[in-house]
Amino acid sequence: MAPAQQDRTAWLLLTPMIAIMVLVTAFPLLNTLWLAFTDASLTGQGYMWQWIGLENFAYILDDSDFRAAVGHTAYFTVLSVSAEVVLGVLVALLLNQEFKGRTLVRALLILPWALPTIVNAVMWRLIYNPEYGSLNALLTQIGLLDAYRSWLGDPATAMNMVILADIWKNYPLIALIALAGLQTVPKDLYEAAIMDGANAWTRFWRITLPGIIGSLSVAMVLRAIEAFKVFDIFYVMTRGGPADATKTVSFFVYQESFTYLRAGSGAAYALTVTAMSALMISIYVFMLVRREKRS
Amino acid sequence: MRRSLTATILVYVAVAVFVVSILAPVAWLFIMSISDANDLTTIPLRWIPEQPDFSRYARLFSLEEGSAGLAFLSALRNSVVVALSATAIALAAGIPAAYSFSRFPGRMPLLYAVIVTYMMPPVALILPLYKVFSTLGLLNNVTSLIIVYCTILLPFVTWLMKSGFDSVPVEIEQAASIDGANLFQILTRITLPVAAASTGAAALFALLLAWDEFFYALLYTSDTRAKTLPVAIADFAAGRATDYGLISAVGLLAALPPVLIGFFLQKSLLSGLSAGSVKG
Repeated sequence: MAPAQQDRTAWLLLTPMIAIMVLVTAFPLLNTLWLAFTDASLTGQGYMWQWIGLENFAYILDDSDFRAAVGHTAYFTVLSVSAEVVLGVLVALLLNQEFKGRTLVRALLILPWALPTIVNAVMWRLIYNPEYGSLNALLTQIGLLDAYRSWLGDPATAMNMVILADIWKNYPLIALIALAGLQTVPKDLYEAAIMDGANAWTRFWRITLPGIIGSLSVAMVLRAIEAFKVFDIFYVMTRGGPADATKTVSFFVYQESFTYLRAGSGAAYALTVTAMSALMISIYVFMLVRREKRS
Repeated sequence: MRRSLTATILVYVAVAVFVVSILAPVAWLFIMSISDANDLTTIPLRWIPEQPDFSRYARLFSLEEGSAGLAFLSALRNSVVVALSATAIALAAGIPAAYSFSRFPGRMPLLYAVIVTYMMPPVALILPLYKVFSTLGLLNNVTSLIIVYCTILLPFVTWLMKSGFDSVPVEIEQAASIDGANLFQILTRITLPVAAASTGAAALFALLLAWDEFFYALLYTSDTRAKTLPVAIADFAAGRATDYGLISAVGLLAALPPVLIGFFLQKSLLSGLSAGSVKG
């Protein structure tokens, strides 16, 4: 095909995708951008609105509730993603050992990954139940706990208990990625290292980790982007409580927009959250561009 | 490498801990679903029910007015309709786009823009979409969910299929092109069949994404006509007169299709994930 015709064919093939994305993504995004500069409310037909310039953003700057929500979200993201990476690598190393039934045991990693997020949240909420939950029962029956506790009702423990539930569901994905990475590390490197007298610890830091760090870091950034958007698990397990201790940024925007029906400031908060996500997303795109250039 | 006996024992102990940690929560969910309410609320807790009780599952498959079964079965229907339709649209628009990105390079910034939209937090879109759907009378309608899910599924399918097409050698297409086949014929008769495995995987991943989605579904649906399974489950869990066994039964049934698909996807999960391109 001639270059001009090739170009036309290429755009033609892209047209349905571009048309849909413009309608359902680009257009709403621009609309959110406009809303953020108004005092629109979500009640009634159409928006009742007035242009108020940067007022919404000025308000956000010294909104301590929103700052707290950003803090909760950052805490959740950093703690759950780093725990998932460490646990994922450890489990991958374990499942890479020789033992009977290895294929079957490895397949178990699929179970938490495929379990719907909402089902995971409900499951852990039942396990943590203050009166009848199995966690309380287990811990008291083996003598680790004196009296039943309200794990999700106590601001001091609620966030960490949700993080625990999130780790259980999401570290298997990291383990799967690490396991796939481990298969690509050449075996003779280990043999040579053993000949040179390197111990297991050195071998891990010098051979194993460099071998899997590429796919691992991509997965880590993806998980962080995902974790920052978190909503479902908190909606089911804590509804942002107790005393707003687990209110995340998505939950904050949700309430501002759909509970208080403030579309204008809701949009401004949403854009602020999007800008924060964009920082992490650009790291990911940067990684993709670099990989593309290399190949 | 030979392992000492101590090391071998340690490996087996660690594997056992791993297996229990994965299976125990799900097993407990199943036990709750077949336990009598009295067994679950005794202290100390009775771990194994005296009499397994499968009546919740029966209740969930009854269509009586206002029953738990009606809520469950209509949510199941809505979830199936939404997931299948959104996946079909995503494939129909995503496959040609992916083919274009793969065979006619030079539009990489557009591809990155597509990936960025996939990762963008949904809060950036919820208000305008809500307003549009309410104006069009599409709130509490599966159609609106099918449309919004395109914001997630279409970029995802495009991205995944692009790498799928990249691994199909151009040479086999050139042979067909010399024989006079047009682009449509080449794509449907040659490239897609060769890339069948990645197409199937992309479709299944898309189904899982749609099945799992909660945020939009919570915002845009309000009763059994459009609520999907995740929203219905959240409702069950939030109800005042909570029957823990019933919630567990609903959760398990809702988890069954994705878990089965997940095991089916195991292979492509391992290869596709190492490319770092799959649902996070």
